[in-house]
Amino acid sequence: MDAKAILFLIFSGVMLLAAVRVITARNPVHAVLFLVLAFFSAACLWILLAAEFLAIALVLVYVGAVMVLFLFVVMMLDVNFDALRTHFRSYLPVGATVGVLVLFEMALLLVNATRGSGTAPQASEPNTRALGRLIYVDYVYPFEIAAVILLVAIVAAIALTHRRRRETRYQDPGEQVKVRREDRVRIIEMPSEKRET
Amino acid sequence: MSLSIVPGLSHYLVLGAVLFAVAIVGIFLNRRNVIILLMAIELMLLAVNLNFVAFSHYLGDMAGQVFVFFILTVAAAESAIGLAILVLLFRNVGSIDVEELSKLKG
Repeated sequence: MDAKAILFLIFSGVMLLAAVRVITARNPVHAVLFLVLAFFSAACLWILLAAEFLAIALVLVYVGAVMVLFLFVVMMLDVNFDALRTHFRSYLPVGATVGVLVLFEMALLLVNATRGSGTAPQASEPNTRALGRLIYVDYVYPFEIAAVILLVAIVAAIALTHRRRRETRYQDPGEQVKVRREDRVRIIEMPSEKRET
Repeated sequence: MSLSIVPGLSHYLVLGAVLFAVAIVGIFLNRRNVIILLMAIELMLLAVNLNFVAFSHYLGDMAGQVFVFFILTVAAAESAIGLAILVLLFRNVGSIDVEELSKLKG
């Protein structure tokens, strides 16, 4: 058993254990932290598969941004999480049945179709350079669409959660520009009065 | 299948299948908690991405990694919007229990 097989076993074992803990953890904060562990182990597996750029991107984007967002939301919401687990055990039989069924079906496919499982072809250039060449040459338009999707996500997330406070005073430049002289200045004719002596 | 060999494509595919099955069981177990449901969906996407990367490595085609890149992008957008909806839901309903979200019931 060489080093690569040992590393594969360690990383995959840690990832599966973390995944099981994600779905069974009583405290959602623990679930998020175990999800971070699962993503980290997956990134290590991807490095074993010579996909270095994606592994780093997974750690940076997922562990760094998305999981922090999850943690933020979990800690911000004041939810009684024990009340949500009342039917946990009653869902177990059907869940386990469906899970075993899915696994069985995928195993049927995998047993019959494992061609090309020999040694991997050697890469001729670094992973990041090859990926960058593909993204910026062959997949330019999908890449731009991905950027638009991210923009839509930003706008949607802000628009959904933004609350306009009613007591806040703010300027309206349109109204300020549209104002006329008659709205602001009023000339009053007023006769002068005599001082009483 | 002895474990003394170098891990091949089938090992990674089996790992991805097991991870996907664990995520499906998680969806069934935590049907009431929306946050755990979102996390189970993230686990499913991770399993799919693992398959993509394994195929890309063992078949020598970099296009699989490009697709993983796009899946990561869309998954990040999905979880951002999903969590925003979740916050909005909690603000309006006061709960994230799926059983209580029956306002659209006719």
